[in-house]
Parts: sequence; structure tokens; C-alpha cells
Amino acid sequence: MARRAGALIAAGLAALTLGPVAVVMMQAGEGMLSSADLAALRFTVVQAALSSLASVACAVPLARALARRRFPGRGLLVTALGAPFLLPVIVAVLGLLAVFGRAGVVNTALRGLGLPEVSIFGLGGVVLAHVFLNMPLATRMILQGWQAVPAERLRLAQSLGFGPRHVWQHIEVPMLRDVLPGTALAVFAICLTSFAVVLILGGGPAATTVELAIYQAVRFEFDLTRAALLALMQVGTCGLAVAVASFFALPAGFGAGLDRSADLPAPDGWRRISDAGVIALATLFLAGPLLAVALRGAPGLLALPVSVWPALAASLLVAVLAAPLAVGAALALALARAQGLGWVGPIAMLPMAGSQLVLGTGLFLLVFPFVSPATVALPVTVLVTAIMALPFAYRILAPQAQVLVTDYGRLAASLGLSGWPALRLLVLPRLRRPLGFALGLTGALAVGDLGVIALFAAEQGATLPLVISRLMGAYRMTQAAGAALLLVIAAFGLFWMCDRWGRGGTEA
Amino acid sequence: MAELRLEGFRITQDDFTLRADLALPAGGRVAVIGPSGAGKSTLLNAIAGFVPLNAGAMTWAGQRIDALPPGERPLSILFQDQNLFPHLTVAQNLGLGLDPGLRHVDWGGVNGVLDRVGLAGLGGRRPAQLSGGQQSRAALARALLRARPILLLDEPFAALGPALKAEMLALVEETAGEALVVLVTHDPADARQFAKQTVLVADGVAAAPQPTAEIFANPPPALAAYLGQ
Amino acid sequence: MKVLCFAAGFLAFAQAAQAETPVLDVLTYDSFIAEWGPGPAIEKAFEAECGCDLRFTAAGDGAALLARLQLEGAKTAADVVLGLDTNLTAAARKTGLFAAHGQTPAVDLPVTFEDAEFLPYDWGWFAFVHNKDLTAPGDFKALAASDLKIVIQDPRSSTPGLGLLMWIKAAYGADAPAIWEGLADNIVTVTPGWSEAYGMFLEGEADLVLSYTTSPAYHLIAEEDDSKAAAVFTEGNYLQVEVMGKLASSDQPDLADRFLAFMLSDAAQEVLPTTNWMYPAKVPASGLPKGFETLAKPEKSLLMTADEAEAVRATALDEWRAALAR
Repeated sequence: MARRAGALIAAGLAALTLGPVAVVMMQAGEGMLSSADLAALRFTVVQAALSSLASVACAVPLARALARRRFPGRGLLVTALGAPFLLPVIVAVLGLLAVFGRAGVVNTALRGLGLPEVSIFGLGGVVLAHVFLNMPLATRMILQGWQAVPAERLRLAQSLGFGPRHVWQHIEVPMLRDVLPGTALAVFAICLTSFAVVLILGGGPAATTVELAIYQAVRFEFDLTRAALLALMQVGTCGLAVAVASFFALPAGFGAGLDRSADLPAPDGWRRISDAGVIALATLFLAGPLLAVALRGAPGLLALPVSVWPALAASLLVAVLAAPLAVGAALALALARAQGLGWVGPIAMLPMAGSQLVLGTGLFLLVFPFVSPATVALPVTVLVTAIMALPFAYRILAPQAQVLVTDYGRLAASLGLSGWPALRLLVLPRLRRPLGFALGLTGALAVGDLGVIALFAAEQGATLPLVISRLMGAYRMTQAAGAALLLVIAAFGLFWMCDRWGRGGTEA
Repeated sequence: MAELRLEGFRITQDDFTLRADLALPAGGRVAVIGPSGAGKSTLLNAIAGFVPLNAGAMTWAGQRIDALPPGERPLSILFQDQNLFPHLTVAQNLGLGLDPGLRHVDWGGVNGVLDRVGLAGLGGRRPAQLSGGQQSRAALARALLRARPILLLDEPFAALGPALKAEMLALVEETAGEALVVLVTHDPADARQFAKQTVLVADGVAAAPQPTAEIFANPPPALAAYLGQ
Repeated sequence: MKVLCFAAGFLAFAQAAQAETPVLDVLTYDSFIAEWGPGPAIEKAFEAECGCDLRFTAAGDGAALLARLQLEGAKTAADVVLGLDTNLTAAARKTGLFAAHGQTPAVDLPVTFEDAEFLPYDWGWFAFVHNKDLTAPGDFKALAASDLKIVIQDPRSSTPGLGLLMWIKAAYGADAPAIWEGLADNIVTVTPGWSEAYGMFLEGEADLVLSYTTSPAYHLIAEEDDSKAAAVFTEGNYLQVEVMGKLASSDQPDLADRFLAFMLSDAAQEVLPTTNWMYPAKVPASGLPKGFETLAKPEKSLLMTADEAEAVRATALDEWRAALAR
């Protein structure tokens, strides 16, 4: 049942992701790739790989510290980890600049101390920004891995007198081999298509990504064949990354637990200090730019133009429709994958590497001969947002769907538990935590996503990100900052509600 | 002679309380028996260090052990299930009993113990490739390797058939030597076969041990009810 | 089923009722139709006199607008396209979608501007904007020699970015690469669009930002802040001329002509300076808004024709990339 549904959804997803690329490809154009495009590809891969490694390298100690320490505000911190990922790119960049920029806090302090300034522009800045945006997400994904270690294993480890080193060797390393490749892959794919961050902080044309080349091909050269080729190049790179990740991934095979509760051992001594240090540093690193966003936005919040409110409603509507769609499809794919349908895994990751501009252009070309694009703006926006968000939901759900099927698949089959009852009695309760997280994340992404909306936008029905970009385009930076803060509050509120539901009101 | 002593021992969990004042001698073979939910496993988990004491003290050979982490207490415990790491081989699972880092492991000794429990040549397998009885033997083998003076058994053989269970208890008896063995069981036959002394856990109290033959011949009311007499 | 029939009938009725008022579809860029842009006022004024329904469709910025038009081709529902600039008109003309406007309005541009298909409706000088407490350099060479920090836009994704590329090419021709090499260490970063660059400038990340001579007018008029100024360069400042054109496929050609003429009338031209923050193509009888007289006025204006711009673009882009990609 789940296999058939999964296969069907995967086929549809592949058609929706690759179909538009094919349509774009068939348009007029010379389709020649230049040496500059290859240089762009090289830079894109290098920055994405560095960003991914750095994000994951920072996320592991943070997730570990969060997994084994209990302190006041811990739940808040875990929830707040969702925030940076949800920021519109330009808002996040301005937040980072307020801390690390030329006129930022860090450089002002360095100047005050008579020390040389640091520049955020260049490859280092790109990686820094990507770590800021993606490390929290990676932390949440890895933290889930820690929480999924059955209590029985920890009890056994304790009874054998495992020290922290041995817990690391026999429990944490196998868990990480299971969880890390997928997490690194997700961050890699996000950074692969990242375009504004790279350009703004990259400092110049040396920092050119494939996505920018696509932009140029569509907008200035109208060479759609070339744009499609570039998009395929991007998908191919991501496919290669999927292969590499699955080569490194090893299922931990911890087996089933009985949900007995057990805390991870919280070792004393220098480990306690280093955990506290890691948590403090990460909090500072993440809170600084977020605080700057809030401070920049607060004055504008009082002077918002009226068009912000219908835009907020439109964005929320898109989120409310797109998030369940994305998570439902991702769940079906994850279950199908867990039941042995291996080929749906890479397909579920496909949209992450897809170029939004090419996807939107292809859909536009498909729709335009039949109806006015503006009349289908809402369904198209919902669909595209759901497609773009699906890989994230899938990444969150897949590992635990696998565990669920491995541990309880036979039991469920022996009881004849399938279809809706299986979903209600087994899947939803067992996967509630990742489902809540996935729903929150996709919903929030949908609120903050500019995506292809611009191509389909009607006179009415602009979404909040579009209004922010219009405000910024008209010198109204204060109002834009206010609207961005509103967006962050809305996105984060949505995320918080879903995530809290997933955690059943308990601490993570 | 060393003994495990519980003094003024009290555990409170929600509306459940378990008290104990008792001593178990080294080399003893003690069964813990009582109605389901009376706190047999809680007693064992408290001795092993997984449940903190609310009051009282616990000593072995006169040394306080109730503040030690589980791995540093002079004991090994076998749980009802999940005694082996499924992603490690049997030999590695045993080796953990000697060095959790698996660096300073006397692999000859590991093989010797595997021999003793009848698992010769199976060290390279994963737990999933063993039968239930073999898994129990592997878990016991690790406890033997650790050679701690107390061995706690929390119904680890309950899932085995009667003949296999009897065989395992005989193996424990044969291999445990001078260790104090405490066996939680719900089966009077286990107690009769294995334990010279029996602790009855009922009505929130773990009573002082009595000779097994005596307690079954003349059961107190709680035990009589449990036995269906 | 009944409900469906009723709905269908209602829809047909509603469409019939609408069909009595002719509809003019105008494809434009995003910021034109914003609540604070010129769109709402222009729509109101034009609808009052034309007895028609003016509908704006927005498509990103100027470059996205052209891409959108090319995607739609001859099947486009648009009657008028408004918002291309002269760096894009050659490509727009090549689509063959535009009809000659046949109008010869008198316009107040600092250069002579003639184009059979495209009419200007507003314009501005590109300029580096800075805070008044800074002594701005007088030309590109002085800027390159200084240690001032600038933020510019990417010519591959932004029209001002492309404008700067053309500016340096128009001023220096074959020597343009040397200028770019000189500027390389002044450039803090290159942003995808105008807003990111301007936002970063306002946050203090750069001393100067590529924008327009009219930018200080926004701060002065809308925010009562006179701290911003634009630098006039001795090489001359490059122009951005925003144009509009009528589509050959239009089903409302007369209405389209009327709209083009309306856009150059006082009613529309009065709106543009304080909504689009550009100079009106034809100064209205009421003159420029108060505050515009304080703006810097370059004595020399540079502008390549559409064909020149199209011809040098690829070379200029390669030079730019080579000079900065180190």
C-alpha cells in the first residue's frame, strides 16, 4: 500500500521537477556552456562542500551538548534553532553584517582595541553565512539521531561502566555514521543552489554560482536551453553528492527500544565545561544576528504599509496548504523507501538541487498556453512551495521511518495493521516528533519563500516576501526591515506551534 | 565475609514505595520473588544503580556503593532483554566487559569464556544471528568475564523454554563460583532449583532472605496469594 | 450540478458585463505597482479619463520583464510593456513583438532620444551616492586611487549593474578593463540587485553605493533627511532611460496609444518623481517637486544607443569578470 503510494508520488515528483526543465530545454537557445560556467560550477561545489562540512562540524558538538545537558532555557534554544533557517536571505545577510560587517559589532570592537579588522567578504564569509543559516538545522537533525538511541542501549552502556569516550565509540559514532551523511547532503544541496548569499558575501564575480549563471541565461540572454543545461548540471552534481553520501552512510542498527526513559550520561569535569562553552558560543553566534534583525525591524513594525497584511494572509495561506502537502508526500516516500523501494530516496532529494527559476519558468510555459498565469498563482505557488520543501521533510522523516519499519514492520504486518489504522495507531504516534518538526519547517519555509511567485504574481495576492522585496526596491528599508521581522515572527510562530505539537508539549 | 547490605533502604516513585533492610552474603544464591508490580525489578535496578535511593544506604563489604555510577559498582547485571549491542559482534560485546574501549582485551580469554558457555567459534557473529538461548549465554559470558563479586539477573532467561532455562541456571550455578547471585523470577521452580535463599517482595517491602525450602513450605499470606494457594 | 450551472452562468454574465468596458493590460516591473509606487495613482487617473479598465501585471524587475515577455511571445495578453531601459531595448526590439508608436512628443531628456518603438517616460543619472560628510571623488580614476569602499550590483542580474558596466565602457572604451582593475580593491562586494546594495550602504558597509542622482531626494522628501548626496563625475554620468512600448499583438491598439500619450501628460509625469524617484521624461507645468532643485546635476551625460549597448555588452561583461575575478 505504502509502496504503491510512494512509487506514485515519486513518479509525480520526478515529472514535476524534471518536466519543466525539459520544457525549458526545448525552447529556443544556443545552449552552449562556456568556460565561465565551468568555473562557476567549480566554485559552487567548493563553497557548498566547505559550507556543508563546516555546518556539520559545528553541529555535532552542539547537538551532543544539547542531547546530554539539561538547563533552563534549553527547550527555547532547541526551538530557536529553527529560526535562522527561516530568515529571508537578505534579512539574514543584513543581520550577519550588523555583527561581522565593516560597521558591525565585531569590527567596531576590534577597532576600539586597536586590532586589525576582519572582513566577512570572500569565501570565508560565504561559509560563515551558510553555517549561520544551516548549522542550526543540521543540529536539529543530528539531535534527533541522539534522541532516537534506545534507552536500553544507554542502560547497557552504563552497566558496563562506559566512560564518555566509550559511549562515543560504541553508540555515538555508529549513530553519526547513520545520520551525518544525510544531514551533510541536505546542507550541501541547500548551499548548491544558494545564490544571493554567495553573491553578496562572495565579494565579486569570482564567487559566481551556477544559479547565477542560470539567472543570466534566462534574464539577459534568454537562452533557455542553456539555462536548462545549467539546471541539469546542478541536479547532476547533487546526484553525485547523493551517491557519495549513501556510500558513507551506515545504518546504526540499534534495534527497537521500549520507550523507557533514560537520559544520556552527562559526564562531569572538563566535558561539562566544554559542553557549556559550546552551547554558549553557539547561542552567541546565532543570537547576535537574530537580535540585529529584531532591532532593525522593531521601528518599522510600527509603520507598516497596509499592503503587508493581505500579503501576510496570502503567505500564511500558502504555508497552511503547502506544508501538509509536502509532509504527507514526504511521509509516503519515506515509508515506501523504508519498505525497500530504494529508488524513491534520490528522487525525494531531487527538488533540492533543482533551480527555482527554471522550475518556475517551465511551469509558466506549461500553464501559459491554457490559462492566464495570474489566475493559477495560488495553486502553482502552493505546489511549487510544497515541492521545494519536500526534500527537507523527507530528510527529517526518512531515518525514523526506517527505524519504524525495521522495528515494528513485522509486528504490524502480523496484526494485519495497514492503511489508515496503521497510520493512526503506529505511524503518527511513533513519528510524531519528526512530523511536527517537518511540518513546522516546511510551513515556515513556505511563509518565507519568494520562489517562483514573482513569475505568476497577480496585481492582488502578493505574498509577504514579495512585498518586502518591493519595499526594499523603493528605498523603504525601515518598513522592509519591519515587514521582515513580521515575516520572521509569523514563520517562527508557525514553526513553534508545529514543533511543539510534535514534541507533545514536552522538552525535546 | 563480605555481604551486600541494605539499611533503611527506601525508594519512592509516585505512589509506590519500596523499603528494605536486609543482607545477602557473598557466594549466596538468592531468588527475589513476589507479585507482578511489587518492585522486584526496581529493587534490582536500585542495587545496580539505575534507580536512586530516596533514603538509606547500600554497602558491599562495608563500603558504601549507593553513590557509585552503575559501571563502577562491584556487580554485573543481565536485563530481561537487550543485553547485547546489535551492531557489534558477539566477541566485541564480550570484550566490552573487559575494556569499553576494546583496546586492552585479552581475546584468548574471551574465547575461553565463550567455550565455557558453549559458544565456541561463534565470536564473529552478530547477536541477531544467534538463537535466544545463545544470546543469553553470550550475555552471561560477558558477566563472567567481568568477574564482579555480585551478579544480578533480572529474569534474563524468562523468554527461554523450561529446559533451556534450567540449563542456563545450571550454567550460572556452575560458573558463578564465589559471586553473590541475585535472581529475580516469577517462577517458583527457578527459586527452588537455583536459590538457597529467597527474598519476598510484596506490599512495599523487600523482606529479609529466608531459606527457600522453608518459605515455600510455609508461605506468608502474600506469597500464598501469589502462588494461588 | 445546479450550483455549478449557476456558477458558470454567473461567470459568463460577469465576463459579459466586464467586456463592455475595454481592458488595457500593462506588463510592468514589480515596484511600479506597489502601494507606494506610481501604479495606483496612474491607474486611477487614466481610468477616470479612458472609460476603461487598466490592469497592471508585474514581473520582477526590468530584466525579468523582458524575459517574461519573451516567454509569452505573440500570445501575450499584454497591450503595453512599461519599464525596460535602453540597455534592454535592442533585445526587446529583436523579439519583433513591438509596434511603432508613431508619436513625437517633446521630451526633456539631457540627450536627444529617438526610437520608433519605445517612448521614454522617466530617466535618471547613475551616480555613486554617499553621506554628505564624505568628500566624494570627482571621477573613476580618483575613486580607484582612493581607499573608499563601494558596493555595486552585478551586471548579470541587475539593471543598475549593467548600467555601470556601460558607463565605464562609454567613458573609457578600450581602457575600461584598467578602470575595473583599479576599482577592484574598492569594491566591498557585488550584490544581485539594487536593494541589497543600497541596504548595505545604509547599514554602513560601504562609503558609496551605485544608485541615482535622485536617490538623495527620497531621503530628503520622504524622510526629511538631507544627509545623502550623489557624486558627479567629470567623465559624465551614464543615463538610465526607462521606456515603454506598444505590442503589435494588442487587441486595444487605440487604447494603448492613448495610454502611451497619457504617460507623458502632466497627470502621469507629476506622479513619477516622488513615487519612482526618477526625473520625469517631460517636466510637468507644475515643475519638479520641491527638493529636486538640491540634487547634483552632471554637466555631461553619457548614453549608448540601444544597438551600441547590445554590441558591447558581451565584451564588457568579459572584461569586468576578468578584472574582478581574482
